[in-house]
Amino acid sequence: MEQIINICYIVASILFILGIKMLGSADTARRGNRLSSLGMLIAVVATLLAKGMDYTWIVAGIVVGTAIGAIWAKRVQMTGMPELVALFNGFGGLASLLVGWAEFSRLGTAADGAPPIEFTIAVIVLTILIGGITFTGSLIAYLKLSGKMSGGQIQFGGQHLINAFILLAVVVMGVVVAANPAVGMANTLMIAVIVLSLVLGVLGVIPIGGGDMPVVISFLNSCSGLAAAAAGFVILNNVLIVAGCLVGASGLILTVIMCKGMNRTLGNVLFSGFGASAGKGSGTAVEGEMKGVSVEDAYYVLEAASSVVIVPGYGMAVAQAQHAVKELGAVLERNGTEVRYAIHPVAGRMPGHMNVLLAEADVPYEQLCEMDEINPTLPATDVVIVIGANDVVNPAAGEDPSSPIYGMPIINAHEAQTVFALKRGKGTGFSGLENQLFFRPNCRMIYGDAKSTVSQLVSQFED
Amino acid sequence: MVAKRCTNALRPEITDRFMELILLIFTFVLAAFLGFELIAKVPSQLHTPLMSGSNAISGITMVGAILIAGQSSGSLAGWLGFAALVLATINVVGGYMVTDRMLGMFKARKDNQPK
Repeated sequence: MEQIINICYIVASILFILGIKMLGSADTARRGNRLSSLGMLIAVVATLLAKGMDYTWIVAGIVVGTAIGAIWAKRVQMTGMPELVALFNGFGGLASLLVGWAEFSRLGTAADGAPPIEFTIAVIVLTILIGGITFTGSLIAYLKLSGKMSGGQIQFGGQHLINAFILLAVVVMGVVVAANPAVGMANTLMIAVIVLSLVLGVLGVIPIGGGDMPVVISFLNSCSGLAAAAAGFVILNNVLIVAGCLVGASGLILTVIMCKGMNRTLGNVLFSGFGASAGKGSGTAVEGEMKGVSVEDAYYVLEAASSVVIVPGYGMAVAQAQHAVKELGAVLERNGTEVRYAIHPVAGRMPGHMNVLLAEADVPYEQLCEMDEINPTLPATDVVIVIGANDVVNPAAGEDPSSPIYGMPIINAHEAQTVFALKRGKGTGFSGLENQLFFRPNCRMIYGDAKSTVSQLVSQFED
Repeated sequence: MVAKRCTNALRPEITDRFMELILLIFTFVLAAFLGFELIAKVPSQLHTPLMSGSNAISGITMVGAILIAGQSSGSLAGWLGFAALVLATINVVGGYMVTDRMLGMFKARKDNQPK
């Protein structure tokens, strides 16, 4: 039986590898995802064949988990998807932590042929540490993304020092427990390790600004893979090690790719605290003032425009405006205007967030342009409509070396003849930075809810 | 299994344990390199589905939870395993379904394209 289970694990591992590979290309992505879910099914069913199993709680756990997961996945609005992925990721981390804890509590009963107990305890501590950080870190990311917690950075003096100290404390306690596993204090110390790991996740993510949450989620996703791999070393299970490590490594690469999109390094995102420099004075003071414009006036400009580029951002997601935006694109096209959508790689709260939303609204694929493709054409564009995007069109990124986002590639909306920026109010964006674009002479603000503003524009066209 | 053939006359049981561990570490290292190589050039619109899909795979810890929940029911370990199983199952099922939903939208868009 043992052999059959392991052969199934090999098959599952192959399916995971193929799945991840296929997820990387548009034509095969959906099949890749289904292939990897088939791998998971095989791994789970094979595990059920293990000897000495009591199925009552297994069945109960799977039924409850499936019901909750399925309902959540079905109900979530596509705009709320980033925070849901963060939440799922956190659950995965917590599950690994609990597996580590459970193994610790039944240490004495382990079967013969187990590796040295010092090794087992070391990987249990590692599992709990990574799992705990993943869990609370993802929870904070979830709270920040869903707006239940301020997206700003929460910082206090000596933060890095405290984090380093907690990490050191966890390592020391781990060593103590590993050296004397039988001592009565071991249980208390393990609880302390769990608590400190959870605290470390919170402290690690609160200083990171909401704008960097996509990178954080991707990084924590990589961590949850490593936590699963560590759990695999605890229970000596190769499918956990293979799948966990695959996710850990590929997640890390994806994280680095995302950082490059913002022209930053991972270390910079995780440790510099985006606001650290912003706090000292958010770049050069902005001159000029924001000028508003009415929907009617904007309509006349759009009506006369021969080319329009729409730059969507998170504000479009919040206002659920993607369908209205698609309508606007359609009426503009009927009016003989060339319409394109400029998608910044990190627009929204997740890379590709805008692509998903616009795809949901049935925007034609060939109208979606990536940043590098659209930038050279912007000076010849009549109107750029910025819908709820902020940092990704802030010219300070290219011009103001004192700005915290200096060096980030942006969509050069300011080079267009006219810019309309749809915005809820005069406040700063998610990153807390003043956007110099809004003060440019060629920029006009249209205040109000993005969805109703866009709908009003559409009805102007239809009259 | 491989380890059984090793003949360290002095401490055979230690050799057994270490061989098994070494094989697992070997697996880990190879998987890490594979993971790094798998993701080379991914178009940015696929970053979110890729993240979400690989997040579902990290729910593989479900396998560990099943083993514990099934073999230690009634004890503290059993309860912890049960809780882990529920959480990991949410991660797996929810993760795969949400990813499929996202990718489904890309698919629908493709079908609408002329030619």
